[in-house]
Amino acid sequence: MNIRKQFKDGLITQNPVLVQLLGMCSVLAITTTLFNGIGMGVSVTVILICSNVVISLLRKVIPQNIRIAAYIVVIAGFVTMVDLLIQAFLPDLSDSLGVFIPLIVVNCIILGRAEAFASKNSIAASAIDGLAQGIGYTVVLIIMCVIRELLGNGTFGGGILNGGLGIRIIPEGYPAMLLVLPFGGFLTLGVLIAFVQWALKRSETRGKKTEEVAK
Amino acid sequence: MSITSILSIALGAILVENFILVKFLGICPFMGVSKKMDTALGMGLAVVFVMGLASIFTWLVNEYLLVPLGLAYMQTVAYILVIAALVQFVEMFLRKTIPTLYEALGIYLPLITTNCAVLGVALLNTQNGYNFIESVVYGITGGLGFTVAIVLFASVRERLEFAEYPEAFEGFPIALVSAGLISLAFMGFSGLRVW
Repeated sequence: MNIRKQFKDGLITQNPVLVQLLGMCSVLAITTTLFNGIGMGVSVTVILICSNVVISLLRKVIPQNIRIAAYIVVIAGFVTMVDLLIQAFLPDLSDSLGVFIPLIVVNCIILGRAEAFASKNSIAASAIDGLAQGIGYTVVLIIMCVIRELLGNGTFGGGILNGGLGIRIIPEGYPAMLLVLPFGGFLTLGVLIAFVQWALKRSETRGKKTEEVAK
Repeated sequence: MSITSILSIALGAILVENFILVKFLGICPFMGVSKKMDTALGMGLAVVFVMGLASIFTWLVNEYLLVPLGLAYMQTVAYILVIAALVQFVEMFLRKTIPTLYEALGIYLPLITTNCAVLGVALLNTQNGYNFIESVVYGITGGLGFTVAIVLFASVRERLEFAEYPEAFEGFPIALVSAGLISLAFMGFSGLRVW
């Protein structure tokens, strides 16, 4: 078990959103204020850890043929718990995320990790994998939120700071409203993924060059 | 309930509040199976079919099972089970009765279980308090909206193969940017109200 590698995978080399391209719906839809992004990221991380642990625990019991259905039931159970907790304690978050909290059930990241990792590895490793992948997802959400909120609305920390309004950085009238609209979601994510592809390729060619020099 | 309310639901689901481009439901299949026009059309039709059926069955389950038993909080679990079972049955039924349609839709059907547009439409029906007919109309027209978006997107993507763009945008990023432009075009429909 290699904890450092797992975290590096989750955050960069195997980032669920930017490299594996999973869970697009929520990333595009809810990243308009920092509050939404953190709320969604933490919910998904908690559900991912719980479902990874339970599925890893049951990996020898679940029959091969109906494993997907079994995973979905486990995931749906945890999603319902988180949904009810958010409705009870953070009604504002529940209002602004709306239907996207129950839709975590069909978020491909969670099912993907269940199938690719938790069904084959020990409980502790699965829990760490859940945490690492969840943090990777949350970080992308936060980056998307900060960019879209700053350029689209001119504020930072909407929903949390300054009584929910956020701190105004760009004066009113200047921000490009477009970025908070659906178009902005597609554009920001596209540019972000392009940047990551560029950076990964660059570090790869650099690695090759240093290898050659070493030889 | 009048015919105009039904028409405005249909118009909303197809154009103004398009499931993919405005609501961001069903992005995974939208990106995954939009490389070719005919596969995109196949996926779209399969989604129309399953979304219609899912609206019917989840409405019945909610009205006659969950609400009377006071289990409304189990909605998400119940709906996803209904959808998974439904997709499985549709697959078996089509294989036995209409093999040609089954062959056309075959590979897309299992993928639909994890399409968030299907679970989304079921949850939105309940959230909006739609009655039976409104739910079914919303389900089918939502699926049609999905089809319109995915077919448009597939035709744009076919052209992209001949386009020049920075190397870093290769593959997914350029697809996202072009999807963004289509969504920008669909924003022109916002506020559209005929009735």
